[in-house]
Amino acid sequence: MFGFFLRRASLIIPTFIGITLLVFSLIHMIPGDAVEAMSGERGMDAARYARLVHQLGLDRPLYVQYFDYLGHVLQGDLGHSIVTQESVLHEFLALFPATVELSFCAMLIALAIGLPAGILAALKRNTVFDYAVMGVSLTGYSMPIFWWALLLILLFSVTLGWTPVSGRIDILFDLPPVTGFMLIDSLLSGEPGAFRSALSHLILPAIALGTIPLAVVARMTRSAMLEVLREDYVRTARAKGLSRFRVVGIHALRNALIPVVTVIGLQVGTLLAGAILTETIFSWPGIGKWLVEAIHRRDYPVVQGGILLSATIIIVVNLAVDLLYGVINPRIRHSS
Amino acid sequence: MMRPLLDIRDLRVEFGTEQMPVTAVDGLDLVVAPGEVVGIVGESGSGKSVTSLAVMGLIDYPGRVSAQHLRFDGRDLLGMSDSGRRGLLGKDIAMIFQDPMSSLNPCFTVAYQLIETLRVHQGGSKTALRERALALLQQVEIPDAQRRLNAYPHQLSGGMSQRVMVAMAIACNPRLLIADEPTTALDVTVQAQMLELLLQLQRERGMALMLITHDLSVIAQTAQRVVVMYAGQVVETGRVPDIFKAPRHPYTQALLAALPERNLGRERLQAIPGVVPGQYDRPSGCLLHPRCAYAAAPCRAVRPALSGDSEAQVRCHFALDPTGHPGNGWDRTA
Repeated sequence: MFGFFLRRASLIIPTFIGITLLVFSLIHMIPGDAVEAMSGERGMDAARYARLVHQLGLDRPLYVQYFDYLGHVLQGDLGHSIVTQESVLHEFLALFPATVELSFCAMLIALAIGLPAGILAALKRNTVFDYAVMGVSLTGYSMPIFWWALLLILLFSVTLGWTPVSGRIDILFDLPPVTGFMLIDSLLSGEPGAFRSALSHLILPAIALGTIPLAVVARMTRSAMLEVLREDYVRTARAKGLSRFRVVGIHALRNALIPVVTVIGLQVGTLLAGAILTETIFSWPGIGKWLVEAIHRRDYPVVQGGILLSATIIIVVNLAVDLLYGVINPRIRHSS
Repeated sequence: MMRPLLDIRDLRVEFGTEQMPVTAVDGLDLVVAPGEVVGIVGESGSGKSVTSLAVMGLIDYPGRVSAQHLRFDGRDLLGMSDSGRRGLLGKDIAMIFQDPMSSLNPCFTVAYQLIETLRVHQGGSKTALRERALALLQQVEIPDAQRRLNAYPHQLSGGMSQRVMVAMAIACNPRLLIADEPTTALDVTVQAQMLELLLQLQRERGMALMLITHDLSVIAQTAQRVVVMYAGQVVETGRVPDIFKAPRHPYTQALLAALPERNLGRERLQAIPGVVPGQYDRPSGCLLHPRCAYAAAPCRAVRPALSGDSEAQVRCHFALDPTGHPGNGWDRTA
């Protein structure tokens, strides 16, 4: 198992280097002039321009600039925001829990509905239920997130008035950030109604963000399940006189989960990409909204740092999924 | 004759739609006595495996199973509830399959899969169950059984996997073990050992063994009685020595003639021309007649019935006489 971990982990390094190269070259691909963009100044005189070029280190050879950048990144220094002058890493860490909370809940919704729906659709294949699940999930998969989110807001927030339109919690509550996760913080605060408020703020964006993963999980579970149900070992399990629940829920599902877990890992990228839209629409103070605002303000250090950190997180999560894959699939774990 | 353990009368299994049924088993009668070894032999597509799956109740929609009766130890299997039937499976009736490598669940250890059977049907403490699982592995002669308990199926060879399947099947002392081509997927060297193991367990435990194979030489080594199937029907039954000495059905005769040991010195093995009829080419009259060396006019017109006593039966208008020639006034030109 440890060797398996090392083999998988070693794949991270080249990927990470690739990302730093990409993010590093971003600064040289900026439309317009890099110095003007980085300093935020326009129409400066030649002397100041030359000083800034030197100050920003842009007069050094590219490889020196890259290794200098890499050195800073490895020490956790991702530069400072041009707009706020705050450390990029610091801003990221402050906003990241909000995105994690949203993505986690979105994934939870996707799994809680997608897995059972996929299993049932496989068991009732070619019935009305099967067609309904597959039809709805295809619709969900094809729907643009921003449009779907607006529809949800229109129905549940505007027409029915069940949920607030935006934000993480009612402004009446002023909770000290302990964990950064509003659901937990609101519980810890002990203020009556805080948790309820946090939950009602979370539910719509989580549904909007979870819709695509839900559709993917449901469809993948169904097809994996259909495949597995035809396997000889499922017949063996039935021949042992096991209950239908054990045959399907343990013998078949355990095998069907192997491809599903892979898909879940790949969905983390979708979640972060979707978070950019969802957070912007719901004014959810997470890294998606932060990145969009940085792009609007041409705050390049934030864009650079945000991309690097998001990409790194996706790599790490996929590594974790790979490891989980080894846990649930003994054939992977033992192969050398 | 004492009360039969398994008593099948007029079993029919159909697939496909109601309008266009595909008949896999067509009016099969079969009786298995307690402690008896019955061989069921036939080509691919003759309905051997479907018959055994029907006994186990493992035929799924759109397959349809019907029978005049299908009794195990006097109890009507078809009239039973699903859970009542599951109570028999793995406990009183057990089955092992053709491909041992894919018949074990790759995600669970040998111990888990063995203990699961014991726990579902008999229960017991965790340590007691584990001890019994170990004892079972030793009974099926798995070397280093203690270590194999924690192995995953992909770490076992084909022969070893089939031994685990056998251990699982005999775990609850079944009274009937159905073995569907148990040696087909194994190396030739392992096949004989596997048959020997099955027979030894059958003798020790006095269980009935229904051995399904396409290999007559396997039957010759193991069974007391043989049932020859063709295109979903029984064409001949009888005691093994009788049938090997003087087959009465032309199909049995042709199968025996195709055995390698009866073709010594020949350039080519004798073969039966053609294939088992499928969904669209089920012939009129006797199902074998397009492939039969002795087919005459009545064979093309009238489907023969199974005749004979409980000892030996044959389904042929012109059952062969002891010299191997068609009897009953056979005349090809008639």
